[in-house]
Amino acid sequence: MASPSYKDSFVNGIWKENPVFVQVLGMCPALAITNSVENAIAMSCAVMFVLVTSNALVSILRKWVPKEVRIAVFILIIATFVTVTDYAVKAISVPIYKAMGPFIALIVVNCIILSRAEAFSSKNNVLKSILDGLGMGIGFSIALLCMGGVREILGSGSFLGHPLFGANYEPWVIFVLPSGGFFTLGAWLFIFAWWRERGARNKKPEGHQA
Amino acid sequence: MSGGTDDTLSFLILNTLLVNNFVLAQFLGICPFIGVSNKIETASRMGVAVIFVMLVSSALAYGINIVLVAADAEYLRLIAYIAVIASTVQLVEMFIKKTSPALFKALGIYLPLITTNCAVLGVAKLQTSEGYSFIQCIVFALGSGLGFTLALVIMAGIRQKLDLADVPGLAKGTAIILMIAGVLSMAFMGFAGLGS
Repeated sequence: MASPSYKDSFVNGIWKENPVFVQVLGMCPALAITNSVENAIAMSCAVMFVLVTSNALVSILRKWVPKEVRIAVFILIIATFVTVTDYAVKAISVPIYKAMGPFIALIVVNCIILSRAEAFSSKNNVLKSILDGLGMGIGFSIALLCMGGVREILGSGSFLGHPLFGANYEPWVIFVLPSGGFFTLGAWLFIFAWWRERGARNKKPEGHQA
Repeated sequence: MSGGTDDTLSFLILNTLLVNNFVLAQFLGICPFIGVSNKIETASRMGVAVIFVMLVSSALAYGINIVLVAADAEYLRLIAYIAVIASTVQLVEMFIKKTSPALFKALGIYLPLITTNCAVLGVAKLQTSEGYSFIQCIVFALGSGLGFTLALVIMAGIRQKLDLADVPGLAKGTAIILMIAGVLSMAFMGFAGLGS
């Protein structure tokens, strides 16, 4: 497999291989921690930090880790950085830590991070791996913000805690409840599928591929 | 979850099975919920494997937590838990491979992926933060596993019907599953207040 260019390793994760909307990985936090924009931002930062640091370390160690035990080593590396994040978030803001519940610790088992370690950083150099982690992290953040934005605006009538509509707005409470998470993500996936199909249809007559 | 050490066992079961169902209300274990819910048979067997892993890892996590607290090394909790879960999954995998190769094939990649099923780590993490006693831990793990299996089997049943339905091409795949999950989650909201 040819190694992707520096630009590609950064850009791919943001849009073309967006972890949530295209690869459909890491759904649990994308559904659970997006009932407000603030939580979505905090979760994105935590995931991005773990992605970048674990990608970097996996890439540094890639030549010394025996193939048979690589997954276990990756998980240990990820768990270490998640523990760091866990304590850091607790120290920075207790309300946010409470709002995230067990989901900070559960970054360990977030498929995005392990899949990047296995599919990318165990094969590429450190700089590319860091760029890949950043790109994937930004892609994940975009997805979380899309989710959080829709859910907070419709479900509580506010954005980042600032009320958007007048007092007469009746919040669509279902969107901050669990079922709203499923509906919102389903709707986004639907929109993206439509978008891709439209793009493919428009491309065909011109006879070249994107 | 209101939680606390004085939760009765019946409350724990009802709470994790229906009111705060792991999949539909707490978003734990979404990946296998979407991935292995094609057929009722596979789904229920996957559920049994998850219940078993949950029970064993919950019991082990309880013991490990005592040791870690005694050694003043709580920061190792996450790493220790994930190691326990990974080895339990390995055990189950070897067991199933030996006893039922067909099931082993049907579960495929999703069997080792129980390790990264957030529901399993979620049980270990939640029982620690809620401060449950040993019996409560076991019941909590059992209820969570059953709740996970329930959601998985219901979903598989619906998806088997869905194969015959006329779904718009764009919504095929994950989008329609998420929509159905949303409706299911709403239905489970009807259980709110039960057992409290």
